[in-house]
Amino acid sequence: MPTMTRSTIELPVTEDDRRIARYAAAAIALTVAEAALPSPLPGIKPGLANIIVLVVLLRHGWRDAAWVSLLRVVAGSLVIGQLFAPGFFLALAGSFTSLGVLALAVHLPRRWFGAVTISVLAAFAHIGGQLLLARLWLVPHDGVFYLLPLFATAALVFGALNGLIAAHLLASPAANSAH
Amino acid sequence: MKAGLPDDLRALFNAAWRGGEAVQAWHQALKVGDWLVLLLGSIVVVSSYTLLWRGGVADRAIVKRDGKTIVELSLNSARKVSVDGALGVTVIEVQPGRARVLSDPGPRQYCVQQGWLTRAGSVAICAPSHITLQLGGRDANYDSLNY
Repeated sequence: MPTMTRSTIELPVTEDDRRIARYAAAAIALTVAEAALPSPLPGIKPGLANIIVLVVLLRHGWRDAAWVSLLRVVAGSLVIGQLFAPGFFLALAGSFTSLGVLALAVHLPRRWFGAVTISVLAAFAHIGGQLLLARLWLVPHDGVFYLLPLFATAALVFGALNGLIAAHLLASPAANSAH
Repeated sequence: MKAGLPDDLRALFNAAWRGGEAVQAWHQALKVGDWLVLLLGSIVVVSSYTLLWRGGVADRAIVKRDGKTIVELSLNSARKVSVDGALGVTVIEVQPGRARVLSDPGPRQYCVQQGWLTRAGSVAICAPSHITLQLGGRDANYDSLNY
């Protein structure tokens, strides 16, 4: 009778993986911190984790940003106990649409368009994706679009603020030396 | 926590906290295109309010029986109007900027309990009496019955 040989599966961890994991951890921490903030309306949140996604996008490219964004949604919802709740799918839909817009926005000429543009566009895409899924799935009635002005206002304000913070972080001397 | 941050991110935070010396002012972080996007975004937001929340101010109350207008009341002055419904007399009360069904002979009193209507397009329906009270605004193409 042949003896069983112990086999181990080695999953090589690359430097990319470590970097993405650390950024995602920072984004998840912001998500959890934000969940403690009171919100006037479900769905209106500052989206502070998107600052991390923006920084990653502008420094390491779209692929890394997509990883961080999706890890943030999945692990963030897991931590705050919202995994597979409606809010999770809304966040996922918002992340998908905003990542789609980020893929296009990252090609805008950097000379004229900075992090604020990318952030505002992504914020609008985020509410667009969320409202679309809410309309198709949760509230099959055009009444959800009644809330659109409120969400659009929040997207503009928080998109601009997050973009400014990201631009501020990226413009610091450390951002240009630590490449 | 701090040790878990990516090195470059920690460097960014440190530099940003220090502030002052080499870090640029907030408004310098905005490029020409950013201002353009902010302007366009503001236009989108403002137009979303006017498009979706239009007709917010009501200026008249329309009372209908079986879909036919019985009386139209301006919301400028306070008055009470009695209209004949299918079950008896329904009393509509109007005050500046608002209107309500004051009394109705219907069994469940839903339209009475709805209280004051203030927004253009809002409706109180006294189904047993076949009476509806609806508020109209200047551009009343927003219709909460069909919306």
